[in-house]
Amino acid sequence: MDFDDTPDEAAFRAEARAFLDANRPRKDRARAAPRYGEVDAAELARAKAWQARKAAAGFAGITWPREWGGRGGSPMQQIIWNQEEAGYDVPYDVFLIGLGMCIPTLMAYAGRPVLERYVRPALRGEEIWCQLFSEPAAGSDVAGLCTRAERNGEDWVVNGQKVWTSGAHFCDFGLLLARSDPAVPKHAGLTAFWIDMKAPGVEVRPIHQMSGGSHFNEVFFTDLRLADRQRLGAPGQGWKVALTTLMNERLAVGEPRRPDIHDLIALARAVAIDGRPAIADPAVRLKIAEWWADSAGLAYTRFRTMTALSRGQTPGPENAIAKVVNAARLQAIAAYGMDLLGQAGAIADPALAPMAGLFQDGLLAAPGQRIAGGTDEILRNIIAERVLGLPAEPRVDKDMPFNRHAPAR
Amino acid sequence: MNFAFSDDSRLLRDQARRFLAERCPASLVRAALDAAPPQAAALWREMAGLGWLGVGLPEAHGGAGLGAEALCVLAEELGRALAPVPFLSGRCLAAEAIAQCGSPAQQAAWLPRLAAGEATAAFALAEGAGDPSPGAIRARLRNGRIDGTKLPVADGMNADIAVIAAQDADGPVLALVDLAGPGVERQPMAMIDPSLPHANVTCRAAPAERLPGAAGWNAIAALLDRAAVPAAFAALGGASAALEMAVAYAKERHAFGRAIGSFQAIKHKLADVYVAVELARSNAWYACWALERDAGALPLAAATAKVSADAAFFQAAKENIQTHGGIGFTWDADPHLFYRRAMLLAHALGGPRFWKERMMAALETANAA
Ligand SMILES: Cc1cc2nc3c(=O)[nH]c(=O)nc-3n(C[C@H](O)[C@H](O)[C@H](O)COP(=O)(O)OP(=O)(O)OC[C@H]3O[C@@H](n4cnc5c(N)ncnc54)[C@H](O)[C@@H]3O)c2cc1C
Repeated sequence: MDFDDTPDEAAFRAEARAFLDANRPRKDRARAAPRYGEVDAAELARAKAWQARKAAAGFAGITWPREWGGRGGSPMQQIIWNQEEAGYDVPYDVFLIGLGMCIPTLMAYAGRPVLERYVRPALRGEEIWCQLFSEPAAGSDVAGLCTRAERNGEDWVVNGQKVWTSGAHFCDFGLLLARSDPAVPKHAGLTAFWIDMKAPGVEVRPIHQMSGGSHFNEVFFTDLRLADRQRLGAPGQGWKVALTTLMNERLAVGEPRRPDIHDLIALARAVAIDGRPAIADPAVRLKIAEWWADSAGLAYTRFRTMTALSRGQTPGPENAIAKVVNAARLQAIAAYGMDLLGQAGAIADPALAPMAGLFQDGLLAAPGQRIAGGTDEILRNIIAERVLGLPAEPRVDKDMPFNRHAPAR
Repeated sequence: MNFAFSDDSRLLRDQARRFLAERCPASLVRAALDAAPPQAAALWREMAGLGWLGVGLPEAHGGAGLGAEALCVLAEELGRALAPVPFLSGRCLAAEAIAQCGSPAQQAAWLPRLAAGEATAAFALAEGAGDPSPGAIRARLRNGRIDGTKLPVADGMNADIAVIAAQDADGPVLALVDLAGPGVERQPMAMIDPSLPHANVTCRAAPAERLPGAAGWNAIAALLDRAAVPAAFAALGGASAALEMAVAYAKERHAFGRAIGSFQAIKHKLADVYVAVELARSNAWYACWALERDAGALPLAAATAKVSADAAFFQAAKENIQTHGGIGFTWDADPHLFYRRAMLLAHALGGPRFWKERMMAALETANAA
């Protein structure tokens, strides 16, 4: 056992660190973290500039083929980059969904001319992509979606509605999943497309989130016309395309959202209970110890993933584990931090609340973490069925034509 | 990055698993609940023959010349099989104490015999209620004789010698006592897991020989840290086996026309156990690395591994019973064997509260540095 980089990995890490040192300040944990999901025009401009600079230096699309502007590197290098970048003050990553999920799907299904036109601008941060899967009546059960794509001569015409589309208000293009055939069972009647978010017939309405910002949106389609070259995969093969997208979730789960265990320890040092630092209180110590054990377990689990990757193996279900643990713990730590503040716990004013309201912010963001990208419950189903091999639930609608079991939609 | 066990360790694991599947079936563990069966003693002798009892001990004294990885692999497999043998107390505490703190003469006298299974040693720290601490040691060592009562002492009825913690004029020390010698009285006692028998050991002016390297509480605490790592692996092994048993039963048992494993209340429960077990595994692996390579990282790593593995084992064990329903509450079904062992292990070196506090102290030291 060792935790050492191979010579190649060490060289890459040094190169990454040199680039980061030259271009960004180190992260100062004591400074306020950016408010969740709040991306204004200035932040967007900063994010685009940073992406362009990374791309020019070969640190964007690390695992992508050189042919498309990537580095042709290994997943291990991607993880090393993520680890290093996490130590610096960088803008909010608005490209995660586009570069992590949408473009890899394009690479798997789109023709050369499309790739030649779209991949590089996305990598350089000039164009941003979003994922148009969820609908009002189809989230966890996304294959139950209703947005219609109908053939019209050589073209397709799309009508319907998406919801919870992260970043749609600043995105240029999107990956769309729509129903092309309602007369077959639900998974068999879907077709995937890429669309221009600025095309006539696309309307984006931001949704006000409970955390205060407006990071996700409703997207309405009214007679949106798509050329057949915008189709990804064969008609009716949309579910297969969607699975490619969902499998491409970021390889390494990033750092846990804040407040994390380190923030809680810092807070427990800073506030007092009965005239002593809270960290000296036995009850507080027991709580911190339990969360420390989980946090350490996740960090070392990531080392297991890295080891598998560095040996060219496919990593296991570590991402599902990390997501289940991180989201719930974020909520628990945020709530406990507020408890440590006693009568001031509910003060959210960043000028008054300790650590600029990090704990109160985290509390309001946590519910979204437990839902986005697969809910806690769906992730447990996945672990139970795909890892432990427990039988799937009976599904009454699985083999039935979609239009015969969807009266409520 | 190479955060995985070596090929040698993996081979040892396979060998141990096959061997224990044959020599240590659940029926042997259940028999050991009533009285130590002859097969348990035979198993211990065979383990000695395989070199397992000398793993991690110096080769000059009959050790097998393998390191922390091998020790942890064996602890995990013995934990999986719930083996009714005193590996933790005999190898990881008593023999370890002699190896770490004994004089050359004491090492030469005892380690070869312990490694060969010709003698067994117990480790006696606890004196009833209370966390491990210098103040909780009331036994006294004066003029080469110990007075005091130790309980519970794992393997105390059967062991030939014990490493006993006592106070001498300078504070806590460890000393060797011949359990068959004068001034020693031993009583068996009922434990939550009777498959690992424990004793109440009373010394009245029992002749004792100090381990010169064990002066002061820190030396004893360091031994607890070292033992916490294989103890965590034993719990990890038990937790994994309990989860596998629950999953297997959930696939096979039907209710309301379907396998119970298709009900989400069961699925999610077992998914949670799986997550706890995998986090515990990662923590245990890190502690194994620290045991082998980095003494500075050991206190925090060992405490983290111990807390994580004990919690995972209890969670896996209780939900295994729940998944089994009524049959799980019977003596003749296996789930209670895990439940008992989980709680025995969780208290073998001080309870969960003690290790959480130890984790916090180590964390503060690490943060201050
Ligand atoms: C912050 C945020 C950003 C998002 N961004 C995007 C995006 O960019 N693009 C996009 O397409 N979508 C996005 N989503 C949508 C997200 O994928 C869905 O919200 C999620 O999959 C849940 O679907 P739902 O909201 O319809 O809830 P539902 O599926 O209706 O779930 C409601 C409740 O029922 C439970 N439930 C449902 N099915 C089961 C089951 N089989 N077993 C057990 N419990 C079940 C759920 O766990 C949940 O608790 C985002 C969501 C959030 C919160």
